[in-house]
Amino acid sequence: MNITVESLYKTFQNPDKEVLKDINLEIAEGEFVCLLGPSGCGKSTLLNIIAGLDTPTSGSVKFGGEPVTGPGPDRVMIFQESALFPWLSVVDNVKFGLKIAKIPDKEAEERAMMYLQKVNLASCRDYKVSQLSGGMKQRVAIARALALNSKALLMDEPFAALDKQTKNLLRDELERLWLSEKRTVVYVTHSVEEALFFGDRVVMMSADPGVIKSIFKIDFPRPRQIDTPAFVKLRHDILADLRVEVERYEK
Amino acid sequence: MKNNTLLKVLKTLGFILIFIAVWQLLYFVMVEKAAVWKPYVFPSPLGVLNSYEKLVNNGTLFAGIGQTLRRIGIGYGISILIGLFLGMLLARFKALSELMKPLVLGIQTLPSICWVPFAILWYGLAESATIFIVVIGSTFSICIAVETGIRSINPLYIRAAKTMGAKGPALYTKVILPASVPSLVGALKQGWSFAWRALMTGEMMMSSKGIGLMLSQAREIGGINEVTAVMLVIVLISIFVDKLIFGFIEKHALKWT
Repeated sequence: MNITVESLYKTFQNPDKEVLKDINLEIAEGEFVCLLGPSGCGKSTLLNIIAGLDTPTSGSVKFGGEPVTGPGPDRVMIFQESALFPWLSVVDNVKFGLKIAKIPDKEAEERAMMYLQKVNLASCRDYKVSQLSGGMKQRVAIARALALNSKALLMDEPFAALDKQTKNLLRDELERLWLSEKRTVVYVTHSVEEALFFGDRVVMMSADPGVIKSIFKIDFPRPRQIDTPAFVKLRHDILADLRVEVERYEK
Repeated sequence: MKNNTLLKVLKTLGFILIFIAVWQLLYFVMVEKAAVWKPYVFPSPLGVLNSYEKLVNNGTLFAGIGQTLRRIGIGYGISILIGLFLGMLLARFKALSELMKPLVLGIQTLPSICWVPFAILWYGLAESATIFIVVIGSTFSICIAVETGIRSINPLYIRAAKTMGAKGPALYTKVILPASVPSLVGALKQGWSFAWRALMTGEMMMSSKGIGLMLSQAREIGGINEVTAVMLVIVLISIFVDKLIFGFIEKHALKWT
């Protein structure tokens, strides 16, 4: 389903700070959009507002034409830390949302196992969360979100805390999953490379106040190669753009 | 693993033996030989053993322990029920918490012994007075620990659950409660130690039967050896509950931590 953000403002109080200013963004169904920007540009806040976990000061977010009034399983969020529930086993974590939705256990089990298979963790069905590595945790978190069949996935720097190798592995895995499932994805990142790897469009934001600075349409063929000359050139251009922003903000 | 446990037990036993040996030596030198200390102010290991023999033979020891355990069972049980309920209520409603917090904290800081006159005026020197002291002594510590525990769970769990559609009672029973199990166990443990102290106060001040009363009576008629014997029983029960009962709960309820 499409996501429409209309003249959205967000101001924090004490001390007053304009975090988001006049954000307008239309995200099409099945589109992969990356929000890129320096820390403090409000990209996570924007994602939280789309998720319904935070409310805008003014303006609106519509999801499939309906105004967003709160969080819901049609827009599952994946966080930087996996946010898996440590008191549940791996499979029960994936079944959590399905049980909330009162889906019969047999069907929930099947769906959970199907998605655990897709992230190559079917053999870890009965593991405790504490037995998983960081990368495995994020894969379970992705399976947990996908199993809900939600129309949109909202991802807040999901791979930022992982080491480089794991990050690359999961990046390829997520792209593969997305190509087979075609959900709408809004993906917050501060990595230009990640944004270019995933995004149909990359929305570059600048900080203080948080506004949309420019939107890049990325039409490299998928699966994407990060070492083609065109990719590298665009990465450099955007990086230069971003550096200006970071420097401006850090001063 | 097994060997380690055995080693630990042996170490503890060895320490206890050395402690008793030093104690006996001290008694022998200071009381029997040098006569610096009088035998009625310094207990001896043998004297304590004799006291146990007397207390077991006249039937007071086990009757006393039974009575005490019954009281702590009732009092602590009531405290858990009220403490958990009140703690969850305060965690759920912030306004109520702000209103009630000073009162709850105030009651909690009052030492149990200060409630004795109040309890006697309300209940007389009856069983309920002692149980009242236990309940008032531990309920609010449980309540405060439960509220703090629930409030301090990782907010990420709640946010994640909400985006997966959990809300209302399901959010509470499926996320908030399980996430706060570690602090709930901590709350119960803290509540237990308050309950136990309060019960000893209550029994010493106004009970018939029970270990606390035995301690008072030991001072009046039994002498220093009997006082020490009863104190050791109090210590042993505390250790038993702490290590065995709470140890078991922690091992099983907190598997995932």
